[in-house]
Amino acid sequence: MVNFTPLFRPETVAVIGVSTRSDLHPANVIYNKLHLRYPLRVFAVNPKGGRLRNETVYRRLSEIPEPVDLAVIAARADHVPGILEACIRNRVGGATVISGGFAEIGRTDLQERITEMAREAHLPFVGPNCLGIYVPGKLDTFFLPGERLVRPEAGNVALVSQSGGVLVDQMVKFAGQGVGLSLGVSIGNKAMVRELDLLEYLAADESTDVIAFYVEGFGPGEGRRFAQQASRCSKPVVVLKAGKTSEGSRAVSSHTASLAGDHRVFSAVMAQHGIAEANNEYELVSFCEALSCYPRTIEGKVAVVSVSGGHGVLASDACAAHGLRVPELGRDVQEDIQKDLSDSVKGIASLKNPVDLTGSALDDDFAAAVAALSRSEDIDCIILLLLPYSPGITSDLGARLSHIYLQTGKPLVAYVPHVEKFRMLIEGFELNRVPVSSSIEGAVLMVEAMKRCRPC
Amino acid sequence: MLKEAMKQLWETYREAGWIPEPEAKAFFRSGGLAVPRFQTASDREGALAAGEAIGYPVAAKVVSLDVVHKTEAGGVKVGIADATELAETYDRFALLPGFREVLVEEMLSGTEVIIGAKVDVQFGCVVLVGIGGTGVEVYEDTTIRMAPLEAEEAGAMLDRLRGNRLLRGFRGAPPVDREALQHTLATFSRMALEVEGYIESIDLNPVMCTPDGCTIADARIMLSKRGEGRR
Repeated sequence: MVNFTPLFRPETVAVIGVSTRSDLHPANVIYNKLHLRYPLRVFAVNPKGGRLRNETVYRRLSEIPEPVDLAVIAARADHVPGILEACIRNRVGGATVISGGFAEIGRTDLQERITEMAREAHLPFVGPNCLGIYVPGKLDTFFLPGERLVRPEAGNVALVSQSGGVLVDQMVKFAGQGVGLSLGVSIGNKAMVRELDLLEYLAADESTDVIAFYVEGFGPGEGRRFAQQASRCSKPVVVLKAGKTSEGSRAVSSHTASLAGDHRVFSAVMAQHGIAEANNEYELVSFCEALSCYPRTIEGKVAVVSVSGGHGVLASDACAAHGLRVPELGRDVQEDIQKDLSDSVKGIASLKNPVDLTGSALDDDFAAAVAALSRSEDIDCIILLLLPYSPGITSDLGARLSHIYLQTGKPLVAYVPHVEKFRMLIEGFELNRVPVSSSIEGAVLMVEAMKRCRPC
Repeated sequence: MLKEAMKQLWETYREAGWIPEPEAKAFFRSGGLAVPRFQTASDREGALAAGEAIGYPVAAKVVSLDVVHKTEAGGVKVGIADATELAETYDRFALLPGFREVLVEEMLSGTEVIIGAKVDVQFGCVVLVGIGGTGVEVYEDTTIRMAPLEAEEAGAMLDRLRGNRLLRGFRGAPPVDREALQHTLATFSRMALEVEGYIESIDLNPVMCTPDGCTIADARIMLSKRGEGRR
């Protein structure tokens, strides 16, 4: 197996192709941020030499005074084979080839040449034609100025994207939902390092608990190996596939060929192997958030708890639409809830499921309901619809209910309107590993993610 | 062995792009799947002898490399009651483009199911099963999985069909032989996977399911252009 450590956990980085004249050059942008903000030693390289930020620009790799783990290559495509050769000669550990101008514009010859060289030398490289690698607080090879990026915090979700643009945009959504990344990598033309390699690496990576992919397409037979490998992986795998509508135009001569269109096959194979397929970028974030908290799968027997009958019904409808059950609670469970409810709620709450604690509910009532539901075998996940306008609910409720989860292990998912004044309530959940969505639909998607990870 | 047989069929029919029904059925029979009793004949006398041997009523289908979709071309006749009707049918089929022979076979009844395979570029051989057989496009009730399948997985596929109830015995009808159907699906998946280098897609459509078993009423194998060294 290829050693990916120098690629994703480098201590020394050479940025090859910096300009001494233009600070807007991609290599300069990368050099600047690594130099100023990251805990690693970075060296600028350009055959012309000179000074950059009052540091030496090395004429060649061999002049750099210590071994280089990662080479970031941002020079013109024609120069890349020569640079890669130098990397191999100088025993560089890995490379990311930012440069475009390869297979994507028809220069498959150039791409094949560098791929062959790298394979022979066991030098893993990401790209070409990519943004490269982002590891929160550790590494960032994106040629986008730091102040323009939205950077998710460090977390346990790895996101592998064929498209750099989608990766950057997805990072905005991850940050917005408070989902942390262990690694973001844009693999571009994926000449050498491909989804399969990263699936294998991330399956063993200790900082990653959820592995997410944005895929435009697999190579011949590659999808089969990916599905098989993902089904053996103990971590949840999430996939967002682009190009769902490219089928249908070809003339097909058999019923099976016309019924088994490309995307139907894709979805069927994902489901067969317990890979959670997200339908769109919002689902991708919801799925990742839920699975980063609860990597285990559930059957999908949901209890809905709210202070509003309307929200309960909306959530039940959404559950049904996503193949989740909201079973009526047995007498025993209802009694188990009832016995701990406060006097003002006891007579008016509806406990059948959805559980409506009414606008009179206090924190204690939520705690009673969640504790009882967590004890019930008829339920394998609880959706909390928390409307903090209700006067009996305090900001402490998030942390309090999370602690019940931490005790019992029964998954909770919360819907709380994402408004700044409810921040403490939300963090009370999120910091204790209970995912929070800003919509009812989003909360339901999170539960669906846990169910989708069951092979079927 | 199956692969060798398929290789020869591929070499014979690569030009046409597909394998005609008699050879396709013989192929699946050699893999242990049930097909109707049938005979082929390239003249009227032979057709009548076949009708006699099979026993009326029979079904007749045209065999022509120019006719992929037999029903649409008027090349299928079911419920033929006697020699007179079979002779008429033969004469009509003989006028169809590219006529090679007629296939005469026993009549089948049962619940129609489609079983198919497709070689997908990304995932290789995948198998499809659906309710409705020849009406499958109307019902749009199919499930797909990557081959090969174990009988148990084949069962899980059937469970995911909306029309699963039809197979389990609906409104007093006896349930179909589920074990036979799962076996057919699993065996078919292994056969298709073994010869995936030669094929583009396969339709077993319909497969007739009864309480006593599952029989492939029609089979069509579409060939890949490049053969074993595909892609």
